[in-house]
Amino acid sequence: MISRRRWLAGAPAAGGLLLAGCKESLPPTYGSLFGLSDALTFAAHRLLLRNQPLAREFRRDQISQHFPAINTTNPADRDYQQLRAGHFADWRLSVGGLVTSPGELSLADLKAFPSRTQVTLHCCEQGWSAIAEWTGVQLSRVLQAVGTEPRARYVVFYSVDGWWDSLDMFDALHPQTLLAYGMNGGDLPVQHGAPVRLRVERQLGYKNLKYVAGIKLTDRLDDIEDGTGANGVAHGYPWYAGI
Amino acid sequence: MLEPMRAATAAIAKMRHSAIVRATHWINALCFVALAVSGVAILIAHPRFYWGWTGYFDTPAAFELPLTVDLDQTGWGRNLHFLAAWITVFNGLVYVGRGLLARHFLGWHGYSRLQKLAYLGVVFVLLPVMTLSGLTMSPGVTAAHPELFDLFGGRQSARTIHFLLGNLLVVFLIGHVAMTIATGFGRNMRAMITAGDA
Repeated sequence: MISRRRWLAGAPAAGGLLLAGCKESLPPTYGSLFGLSDALTFAAHRLLLRNQPLAREFRRDQISQHFPAINTTNPADRDYQQLRAGHFADWRLSVGGLVTSPGELSLADLKAFPSRTQVTLHCCEQGWSAIAEWTGVQLSRVLQAVGTEPRARYVVFYSVDGWWDSLDMFDALHPQTLLAYGMNGGDLPVQHGAPVRLRVERQLGYKNLKYVAGIKLTDRLDDIEDGTGANGVAHGYPWYAGI
Repeated sequence: MLEPMRAATAAIAKMRHSAIVRATHWINALCFVALAVSGVAILIAHPRFYWGWTGYFDTPAAFELPLTVDLDQTGWGRNLHFLAAWITVFNGLVYVGRGLLARHFLGWHGYSRLQKLAYLGVVFVLLPVMTLSGLTMSPGVTAAHPELFDLFGGRQSARTIHFLLGNLLVVFLIGHVAMTIATGFGRNMRAMITAGDA
């Protein structure tokens, strides 16, 4: 029979093994005891997702009729409203940070890339879920085009409504991670983040930033904004939302 | 009905609980409360339940709870839920692992058939299904294991099952505590705290 001491010693060791199995560093956390379970969840997911499986994709006839639109549904920003009036012809996505060719991309530039269309389940942290079809350019293609420097580890996203968030390269380069400009066969509607929103299918809805205005490559997050990796963290929403 | 239970409990008290059973029991009790409280905090953001894949504000609900919607409790709620869930899993592995090695689950001579069914059902059916239905709500886990979706028939089905079984666990807890009180609260508590030595 295994002694209690061995058993008690075994549990943290198993956790350590799990963490050791994950080569990348742990996500930014917000301290406290919750950071511990966050790190465990993150390490467990990275182990499960090590072969980069795709999130399930659905048939078009499974698309939800009224996909909910929450939080910002029409940014009050004056510049945004001007762009909207011009059907986003003058909209530009700024790309900066650790890239070899920083600059701006228009909607037409993004649409010139090969596109990907996926019908996926959007899982809101509130508890509801809905299915929609998203069309856009894989983020990996954009990053390849602008040339990420080898030391870049995170992609930070800025939205016109003041939200910001980030992904590490593991999720940023995943085939289903899109800068989406289309929804259910049409242009991305304003209430869902026109002209471009982020799709990160293996995480909760709140990581799928709407109204993306700029992206920035970086090797560290602690000098970006409040240093937590996302503006939801201060409100108790973990940076990693694979759940 | 209480007489045989009293006799059974007296027999169990004589058996004494091992230190691991006592430690895992109280860790589990603490986590249970944390999971139940944080579960409610998460649930009141959307107290509607559905069957299948999807469900949101303007789709018909399978059932709806008459609770005031509060969107601001999910942050701490989910963080506490996962912290307690991780501890429950490690704690449960220690308990079941030790129990299997010590033939704990075969040696419950003092218990009635109903008691055995209830306790074994909780340990080997309810808690594992709770864990799996919880994991089915995770977009990361289901990307790696989409078969979980098929097991429960969709994400909203898994959420509904998670909620209903959570209620069943609370009912079990009430029965468990009621029986502890009915069959000699002081002695039972001593048995689970100091193994009856004190």
